[in-house]
Amino acid sequence: MAIECTLNGEPASLDVDPQMPLLWAIRDIVGLTGTKYGCGKALCGACTVHLDGQPVRSCVLPVSAAAGRSVLTIEGLSADGNHPVQRAWRELNVPQCGYCQSGQIMSAAALLERNPRPSDDEIATAMEGNLCRCGTYTRIRAAIHLASGGES
Amino acid sequence: MTSIAKLSRRQFLQVAGVAGGGLVLALNFGCQHPEEVAGANFSPNVYVNIRNDGIVEIYCHRSEMGQGVRTSLVQVIADELEADWSKIELLQAPGDPKYGDQNTDGSTSIRQHFDLLRTAGASAREMLIAAAAAMWSVPARELIGSSHAVHHAASGRSAEYGKLVAAAADIALPDDVKFKNPSDYRYIGKPVDLIDGVAMTTGTAMFGIDTVVAGMLYASIARCPVVGGTVKSLDDSAARAVSGVEAVVRMPDGTSPPLHHPLGGVAVVAGNTWSADRGRAALEIEWDLGLNGEYDSPTYRRQLVDTSHASGTTVLSRGDVDAAFAEATTMIEADYYAPHLVHATMEPPAAVARMTDEGGVEIWAATQDPQGVQEHVAGLLGIDKSQVEVHVTLLGGGFGRKSKADFSAEAAWLARETDKPVKVTWTREDDIRHGYYHAVSAQYLKAALNERGETTAWLHRSVFPSIDSMFSAEVSGPANWELELGMIDNPFAIPNMRLESGEAKAHVRIGWLRSVNNVYHAFAVCGFADELAHAAGVDPKEYLLRLAGPPRRVNPADDGAEYSNYGQELDEYPIDTGRYAAVVNEVAEMAGWGRELPDGEGLGIAVHRSFLTTVGTVAHVRVDEAGKLHVEELWFAVDAGRVVNPDRVVAQMEGAGIFGMSLALHGEITAQGGAIVQANYDSYPIVRISEAPKAINVQIMNTDAPPGGVGEPGVPPVAPAIFNAYFAATGKRLREMPLREAELA
Repeated sequence: MAIECTLNGEPASLDVDPQMPLLWAIRDIVGLTGTKYGCGKALCGACTVHLDGQPVRSCVLPVSAAAGRSVLTIEGLSADGNHPVQRAWRELNVPQCGYCQSGQIMSAAALLERNPRPSDDEIATAMEGNLCRCGTYTRIRAAIHLASGGES
Repeated sequence: MTSIAKLSRRQFLQVAGVAGGGLVLALNFGCQHPEEVAGANFSPNVYVNIRNDGIVEIYCHRSEMGQGVRTSLVQVIADELEADWSKIELLQAPGDPKYGDQNTDGSTSIRQHFDLLRTAGASAREMLIAAAAAMWSVPARELIGSSHAVHHAASGRSAEYGKLVAAAADIALPDDVKFKNPSDYRYIGKPVDLIDGVAMTTGTAMFGIDTVVAGMLYASIARCPVVGGTVKSLDDSAARAVSGVEAVVRMPDGTSPPLHHPLGGVAVVAGNTWSADRGRAALEIEWDLGLNGEYDSPTYRRQLVDTSHASGTTVLSRGDVDAAFAEATTMIEADYYAPHLVHATMEPPAAVARMTDEGGVEIWAATQDPQGVQEHVAGLLGIDKSQVEVHVTLLGGGFGRKSKADFSAEAAWLARETDKPVKVTWTREDDIRHGYYHAVSAQYLKAALNERGETTAWLHRSVFPSIDSMFSAEVSGPANWELELGMIDNPFAIPNMRLESGEAKAHVRIGWLRSVNNVYHAFAVCGFADELAHAAGVDPKEYLLRLAGPPRRVNPADDGAEYSNYGQELDEYPIDTGRYAAVVNEVAEMAGWGRELPDGEGLGIAVHRSFLTTVGTVAHVRVDEAGKLHVEELWFAVDAGRVVNPDRVVAQMEGAGIFGMSLALHGEITAQGGAIVQANYDSYPIVRISEAPKAINVQIMNTDAPPGGVGEPGVPPVAPAIFNAYFAATGKRLREMPLREAELA
């Protein structure tokens, strides 16, 4: 029995084992590879997507949990790649290897949805679950401030 | 290949402007597709292809793993070519010896290729100019290349590069090229934006793990927890029953020495990653653990420390250390210890392989070393290297892990065994437990001070299992080249110095990790220098300047050491204590060294030269009431010679600050019964944004010295700066990584 949900604004039907983590359904079945695998245990945030607007770790979320709900991945964050967070990321040349950045951007976009002007501490709390091995944290912090209209 | 035939080696070296570059480089230059040149393309060398629509295709032959090479390499070629940034298409070169050395390690991309890349651009520009000169019957010296076109000021004529393609294809490679005056650079030295910025912020950047090939299956591999172990018995019935599983395949046993060979084990191949992982979890395997099943980190540590307390093999000797110790006013000694580390790249090892109809294999891999993949895959499958086509994807972090071909070889093996394209994805647990580990090490130091507080003698012993153990089972201790990374190149003006190494056998795979042996050597040397300062009652920054001594050039060979200076001439890249002192002063000034801080806070300084670049770091730490350490701010002063993209240099230092904090505060891999204890980011933590300093400040020293490395040199001084700052804040001297806060009773 396929699981019906909305994926990046379009109806989607995921005909997979309902226990399959949403991450692998998105990557291997749908073929959207912008959402990354990093740990499989909700420890690193590379797999962050939005479920009904909330950031979730898709590596530990079974597909069944998405039934009837709206899933947003990095590919659907903006039509043209110009979400304010994406623009700020480019303005400050945040990425190094780039691998974790989909998850970082999804977490940052969700943060700004609920808190348009976060403080450094609020950024740290919201982004703590997203690891970056290259160490782009100071630019991530600055880019979130920039996207929020504050000082970078 | 006429242009190669026209060039003697001597002529080529003139063209390339690379003394000692050798024939390997000469092979790089020659028409790439001579048969295709007529009319449609102009391929003056393997890095540049200009199409008749004016688009300049640039081939990046180095792997992008976050250092920004895909941007900086284009900056160099485009600048000399006088190409417009908007008319450039960047292509990633496949593995091919025609590009020369592609192994992206050792912080070499700019320092070893700057002249080569400039030549690639400049020679193309001159050939386009020659083509225009012939067309207009004017002397070439009256023409300039600029804004993607050749211009003749006297007649006002211009020709866009695309219009000159056909004519330029008939022009011989110039015997000599003239580089631009650095003051005319448009891209070199400028903070050019990331070429992959859009892809990396929209989810369209393709990493190894993202490769999709039609009909592809997904593999998950169970490997023996102990290196050298083998499968004793296998029951795969439950695994085969898992929905989506298509095959269970025995992997070839690991080798001794391990090389870059797969580790053996059993693969489960399925229709998607999750099914493969579930099938793999259902395997029932009994392992024969082999010879390394006794490896226990606490026991091994005692052995390393004991070895470091006994006389070892002398690799550098100056003066008479023993006599100086006998006359000393004050003697101090210390044991520094650093554990195994693992790369833990955010993208785990991943590769896809597909057999070709001709019996070859095509690989897509997040690899730092595509030619190494060709070699190892060919060896494993018993085919010729030329039958292994390697597509290099973006790397989700490298740090040395992805120089190894093992995961690509696994994919190739499975593609052949299943006769289907196969993607191998390592789980995070696989990555942490089956890595090529940064060596655990014990460092023993002893020094003598006279009544004026001057250090008169320095003894340093370094003990660790060698990376060379990967390539020879006989290796039983540090290789000289490893001791050269941060020990033998000691710049201190101490009259009596002896450097020794001690033996240690490897029981796990040992590998390069960002900055390699410099990490623990700098930790010990910079930490001990701070101890000497305090023993002498002198400010640590001032004492570093005294240790560095008067401005001079240090040659370890003068004291009997073998020293290869990262493969570069000492004349060109000296160990220069004047530049060292300048870095000390710069970073101290940036950080406001010497200022008063509240109780429980402190500044620490460390300066280290590695990969031909000197980096100074100051850490500001705060220890809270619970005794927990916080890194408040970091400062870096960097003497990397001429830099191509200052923003990427800054980024590399910022990243090095976080990477260095991770190993200083968290990083520790241990073995029990030969198996790695840690498994994921919970047991092998790396720094999170909540721990990041409020600022990481970077100053690039203004110099026109030849370019040094950038990707690695920022890391080594970070840990000792933090430990020294911890001492300044608390009075507690800690000498073991990761830092475990002392009881502040």
